[in-house]
Amino acid sequence: MKQYLLSIYQPDGPPPADLDLKRIMRDVHALRDDMKRAGAWVFSGGLHDASTATVVRVNDGEPLITDGPFTEGKEHLGGFTIIKAADLDGALDWGRKLATVLTPLAIEVRPFHDDATH
Amino acid sequence: MSDQPLVSTSEIARIFREEYGRTVAVLVRRFGDIDLAEEAVQDAFATAVQRWPSDGVPPSPAGWLITTARNRIIDRLRREASRDDRHALAAVMQSRDDVEEEVVGDADVGDERLRLMFTCCHPALALNVQVALTLRLLGGLTTETIARAFLVPPATMAQRLVRAKGKIRDARIPYRVPHAADLPARLRGVLAVIYLIFNEGYTASSGERLTRDDLCAEAIRLGRQLNDLMAGEPEVTGLLALMLLIDARRGARVSADGSLVRLADQDRRHWNRALIREGQALVRRCLARNQPGPYQIQAAINAVHSDARAAADTDWRQILMLYDQLMAVAPTPVAALNRAVAVAEVEGPHAALTIVDGLDLERYYLFHAIRADLLRRLGRSSEAARAYDAAIERCDNTAERDFLQRRQTEVQDS
Repeated sequence: MKQYLLSIYQPDGPPPADLDLKRIMRDVHALRDDMKRAGAWVFSGGLHDASTATVVRVNDGEPLITDGPFTEGKEHLGGFTIIKAADLDGALDWGRKLATVLTPLAIEVRPFHDDATH
Repeated sequence: MSDQPLVSTSEIARIFREEYGRTVAVLVRRFGDIDLAEEAVQDAFATAVQRWPSDGVPPSPAGWLITTARNRIIDRLRREASRDDRHALAAVMQSRDDVEEEVVGDADVGDERLRLMFTCCHPALALNVQVALTLRLLGGLTTETIARAFLVPPATMAQRLVRAKGKIRDARIPYRVPHAADLPARLRGVLAVIYLIFNEGYTASSGERLTRDDLCAEAIRLGRQLNDLMAGEPEVTGLLALMLLIDARRGARVSADGSLVRLADQDRRHWNRALIREGQALVRRCLARNQPGPYQIQAAINAVHSDARAAADTDWRQILMLYDQLMAVAPTPVAALNRAVAVAEVEGPHAALTIVDGLDLERYYLFHAIRADLLRRLGRSSEAARAYDAAIERCDNTAERDFLQRRQTEVQDS
C-alpha cells in the first residue's frame, strides 16, 4: 500500500453565511469513518485560518520568524487527510469522495515517498 | 552463410514500429519501470539489427524481442544488485517463466498493450503529456520526432516525458484496464488522444505544411490495435472507420503546389478506394450494433461523403439526418457548426447563417470561415470579407490561411 496526502484548499476568510457547516462536518466525519472501515485512513486534521500561521527560517544559525503563511495568495491549505491506497486510482477515488462532501473546494492528491514512516 | 541478408533493414524497422508497443508493455508490466523497459527494448532491437540479417527473422519476433530485452534487464539488475537486493532479485528471476508464458499467449500480450494505453492516457496526466507518452511508449517514436511534430524544442519534450514517467512511478498510476464502471469515461479519454494525434497530423494546428503524414499513420495504427483489442466497443470501431475515411481523401486534399483543396473541389479519382471500402465496411459493422456514439456517427457522415462520385451527388439530407443524431448524443458547438454546413445545402444559406450566428465559437477560425462562406453565398460580400479576415487572424496553419486569403480576395473583387 502507498500513502497519499489529500490536501484541502480553501479561500481565506470566514465561510459564506449560507454554508451549512454542521452538515458538512457531519459528512466529513462519516467519510472519515468510511476510510477507517476500509483500512485506508491514516491521519486527518483541520487547520485554523492561514492568518494564524507563523513561518520560521534559520539564516546563519539565527532563527527568523515571520507572521503569516508561507505562500501568498487568497487560498491556503485548510486541512488534510493521509490515506493508504493500492495506487493513484484508489487515492483519487477517496479524493473524489472528499471533494464531493466539500464541494466546491479543490482536493490535491499527492504521493508520499515509499519510505514514509508509518 | 550467404552474403545476401535474409531480412532488410527497412523490414526490421517496420517490425520495430509494429512490435515496439507490445514489447515495452510486457516489460513495463513485469518490472514496473518504464525507463528500464524502454532501454532494454532499444538494446534488443540493436541486437536484432545485427543478428536477423544473417539468422533470419525469428518465428515470433515479439517473443524474441521480449525474451532478449528481459534477459538484458535481469543481467543489469544482477550486476547492480547489492546484498540487500538479492532477495528482491530472486523474486524477479522466478518471474522468468511467467514472462515466457505471456509471450506465447498472444492474447495476454495484447492485454499488456491495452493496459499501457490506459496508463498513458490517464486523466491525472495533462492531455499534451498523454499524447506524447502514447506516441513514445506505444508508437516507439523518438523524442525528437514527437518534439518536431508538436513544434516544441526536443529538450522541452524530453523533460515532459521524464516528468510524466516520474509521475507514473511515484504517484503509482496503475497499469490496468479500468473497471467496468470507469471504462466508458476512460475509454473516451484514450479515443480522444488517438483522434487528437490524427487531427494534428491531418491539419497541423500550426506550421507550414498542411499534413504530417506520420502522425496520421501512427494514429491509424493505434486505432487498429485498439480495435483488435476491444472489438466489442462500437466507438472504437467508429473512430477507426472515421480516421480511415478522412485519411482516404488525403491525396486529393492538397494540390500540387501544397495548397488546400476543399471537399467540394477535390478530384475524387484521387481518393483511396481501398481505405474507403474498409472504412465503410467498419461503419456498417458498428452501426449494426445499434449503440450509436459520436465517432460512429461522424464516421457515417464521412461514409456518405465517400459514396458520392461527384460533390453534386452528395446526399445532404442523409448527412443532415446524421448530424441531427450527432446533436442528440453529443451536442457540442462544433457539431452544431458542422451541422449548419449541411443545413446550408438542404435548406439554403440563410437558415444556416441563423444557426451559425447563434453559436458561441468566436475564437474558432472555422466558425468565421463557415460564416464567411454563407455570407458570400447570400451576396453580402463586404461582411463576408470581414468574416474571412477574422478566420485568417485565428488560423495558425499556413496552407489553410493561404486558402482563406484567396477566398477573401475573391469575395472582395466580386
